[in-house]
Amino acid sequence: MTDSAAAESAWFAAVDADDFENLKTLDSLDDADARDSTAVTAIRDGTADRPKDWPSLAVEAGIADDKDEYYSLLHAATMATTRATVTEREAADDRQLVHAVRAMDDCERTANELAERLAEWAGTVDPDAGTGISFARDITSGEHTLESSHEPIASLAERVVDLADEADDLREFVERQTPTVAPNLAALAGPVLGARLLSLTGGLESLAKKPSGTIQVLGAEDALFAHLRGHASSPKHGILYMHDAVRGTHPDERGSAARAVAGKIAIAARVDHYSGERKPELKAELEERVETIQARTNEGGGGDDTAGNGADNGGGTDE
Amino acid sequence: MEGATTLPATALTTEAVPMSEHLPDGVERHAFGGDGDGTDRLATRGEPVYGEPTDDEWRAWDPSRSKLGAMLELEMQTDLAGDDTVLYLGAASGTTVSHVADFAGPTYAVEFAARPARDLLEAAASRSQLFPLLADARKPDTYAHVVESDVDIIVQDVATRGQARVALENRRFLADDGRLLLAVKARSEDVTRDPSAVFDDVREELEAEYEVLETKSLERYHADHLGIVARPL
Repeated sequence: MTDSAAAESAWFAAVDADDFENLKTLDSLDDADARDSTAVTAIRDGTADRPKDWPSLAVEAGIADDKDEYYSLLHAATMATTRATVTEREAADDRQLVHAVRAMDDCERTANELAERLAEWAGTVDPDAGTGISFARDITSGEHTLESSHEPIASLAERVVDLADEADDLREFVERQTPTVAPNLAALAGPVLGARLLSLTGGLESLAKKPSGTIQVLGAEDALFAHLRGHASSPKHGILYMHDAVRGTHPDERGSAARAVAGKIAIAARVDHYSGERKPELKAELEERVETIQARTNEGGGGDDTAGNGADNGGGTDE
Repeated sequence: MEGATTLPATALTTEAVPMSEHLPDGVERHAFGGDGDGTDRLATRGEPVYGEPTDDEWRAWDPSRSKLGAMLELEMQTDLAGDDTVLYLGAASGTTVSHVADFAGPTYAVEFAARPARDLLEAAASRSQLFPLLADARKPDTYAHVVESDVDIIVQDVATRGQARVALENRRFLADDGRLLLAVKARSEDVTRDPSAVFDDVREELEAEYEVLETKSLERYHADHLGIVARPL
């Protein structure tokens, strides 16, 4: 085996001579320019089954005069690669997710509205017409046939199905992306609710800076301001109603459950934004807390409130 | 920082020398002004990274923020010599790996998450033999074209399920007389199970390719963590 064959899978084997010359200045380039360097693509995208003595092979191949020089080349190349990839990933993430979840909601809402219109229209010509998106799917799949003179109705059904499919694709995207953007938030709130919270606050950073009392009533702004004007009792929960721990709790205790969920979500968002570490214990702690809360109504007693103060948020009516 | 009564070596004698016998070259016990309790703390020489106390070129190595620091503080036989070649899995924001790079030789730092990797870059900027890699420690073939073979030490501190699996996968980088320094986080495997049962499982799985030389609970500094020193079979 020749030297070149031995070093075939090495990262430096895939780097152009010119880019080697420029390695020292690579880390000061714009990230977009840095991403074009073969040194960056070689380190980011390369693979090898087994490691080898790369420093010696690099010296043998004349890439570097000695190991020290090799290590300084490697330092420059790994710094530039990691910096470019980090910037790319961070820029992509939470803003993309916010747009995706908003688009998903728009598609779903529009599909439902058009499906209603479709059902109304089809009902005038066909007594067997069904309702909803499933009816539109029946028409496009041929399970429900309309008379040939009703082509416009069939065409509308196609649009409805396309929109509904688009919404499903977006939901899949959101479910895949939230755990990489905000792993703890996704684990605690679920990927879709997590993305909605990001959407309501504008991004991970601003969600991380919200107090848990605010998170508890996100999405219930109308009710909250009615309350602040003195017209109404304070809302117990906003969009957090979508969380199983809130919805699955007896209405009398939903305020407590929402408060517990909001508290843990606030912590999860902060961990995701400031450290990025995984904290599986958050979910376990929440489950334990919610079990305690739900046990109050299951036992039928209900009087023993161990949560105590509702003063940390606007949940004045939940006791 | 912590109660001096639980630190036998420093509590019984003001002599710091016996403690440093197991410390690698480049790691020393050092008194930092303002602590006031008279105990010497672990320290390495380098640029400060996370606001730790410094004294000239020395920077304190906080064992409650670093599992490897805790392993050294608890006198585990890490076999770190100083100037070793190191593969560090789970470098996070670079708290520990910056200390490792201060005293070791070439140090490859693998981290999966983008956010902490940004801080890792700051730590690596002033350390010319610290190589940050944004990669998944469960997929060694995505960095085997960069990380050299026969490293002296693998330090592993990954908060993921399947920590023993990660150690086995990365065995290929370790020299035959090298050492694996592993901090197992019980809660990453299963939050609901008893930590000691988790540790038993990890150890058993590890023994397919490693001989476990020493285990010690890191409880004093890190809840539900076990320190393991192992060598490849």
